[in-house]
Amino acid sequence: MIFRPNAASGVPIYLQLMEQVKHAIETGALRSGDQLPGIRPLAEELVINPNTVAKAYRELEHEGVIELRHGAGAFVSGAAREKKLTDRLRAGQTIVASAVDKLRSRGVTEAEIRRLFEAELTKLTGKGDQRG
Amino acid sequence: MADGFVIETTDLHKRYDGVEALRGLTLAVPAGSICGFLGRTGAGKTTTIKILLGMAAPTSGRAAVFGLPADSPAASVDIRRRTGFVGDDKGLYDAMTVRGIVRHTASFYPKWNREMEERYLRRFELPAERGIKGLSRGMRTKLAMLLAICRGADLLVLDEPTTGLDPAATEDVLQALVGHAAEQGTTVFFSSHQLGDVEQIADHVVIIDRGRTAVAGSLDDLKQGYRRIQLVFDGDAPAYTFQTKGVERVKRSGRVMTVLSSAGIDGVLGEARALNPVSTDSTPVTLKDIFLDTVAVED
Repeated sequence: MIFRPNAASGVPIYLQLMEQVKHAIETGALRSGDQLPGIRPLAEELVINPNTVAKAYRELEHEGVIELRHGAGAFVSGAAREKKLTDRLRAGQTIVASAVDKLRSRGVTEAEIRRLFEAELTKLTGKGDQRG
Repeated sequence: MADGFVIETTDLHKRYDGVEALRGLTLAVPAGSICGFLGRTGAGKTTTIKILLGMAAPTSGRAAVFGLPADSPAASVDIRRRTGFVGDDKGLYDAMTVRGIVRHTASFYPKWNREMEERYLRRFELPAERGIKGLSRGMRTKLAMLLAICRGADLLVLDEPTTGLDPAATEDVLQALVGHAAEQGTTVFFSSHQLGDVEQIADHVVIIDRGRTAVAGSLDDLKQGYRRIQLVFDGDAPAYTFQTKGVERVKRSGRVMTVLSSAGIDGVLGEARALNPVSTDSTPVTLKDIFLDTVAVED
């Protein structure tokens, strides 16, 4: 499978899994209507908690990225949304790529770039959620 | 399983010959969760498990499994019937063969799952006719797990199941645990000092230190709540005591102050503004960091 969360990271596994599903849709590895692996097979394959997989799927459904059909499983949502998502992400990718290029040319290392991005994102979540 | 907590302890104390093994342990394990029970060697993990299974009596405090009092002999029989236990010594009879001990154990449990037994014998590649004496450590653990899960238990309690196993055997054991939990909805409570194992499969974590609960909660919440914040000052970092909630630790070194917060960054950053740092930075914290920063350092 295309998913590979890193348990040792400080980022919760369900968030990593959500990002990886979105990324798979963005790259076209998963397309609208495709079925995602079931909770149990995926938990066993990745050796992660089934509740974690269920949580990622619930959140993805909440964001409209996938649909959970009772008894049938999880499916990637309709084409319009997927396209929009792809466009948005592609535009984002261009911005990130140029930022990373600029930073590299100033001698900022890969690890430092990673930390800068993480620090910015942490600030964002901090602002969004008043209770922290 | 019904909602609520499968395991609950309140202010549990245990004294052995003047040694305080538990000093007010409070924990709760939600039904259907896989809960990792972490602590350094000697922190009180095995003592807690013994109390839960009625193998030791608490000096004071309350311990309940399935809502039943663990220190009542009658209730304990019921608790153990519904619980699969994989102990440190694995409790296997050396004189028996693999198939022999499987049949022997099965005879005690009316809900024994024969299909699951066959499946796990194959999956674990356990040699049915081999004597237990001739099994490797990994195989003994797998056999003990098979015996624990095939009885149709509502709760699995494992004491350091992966200690001494090679990475491949560890992965097999963890995979069987998550597979079984997903299939049966069984609650799993496992002690470990392998942080990697806990991070990988647990959704709840209890960190015990010197007989007390140091940290407990959902692993996602811990990872989302804990942040390390670095403040850099023009001169030496000021000696300052934060008032905001969730500040677990503050370290100062030259111009740099590092704050470990369990409640996000807003409170700390808000308060730190008055100190006029020249830069602030925050990073997520791994379970390893949380563990090392919350269990007492030997002094």
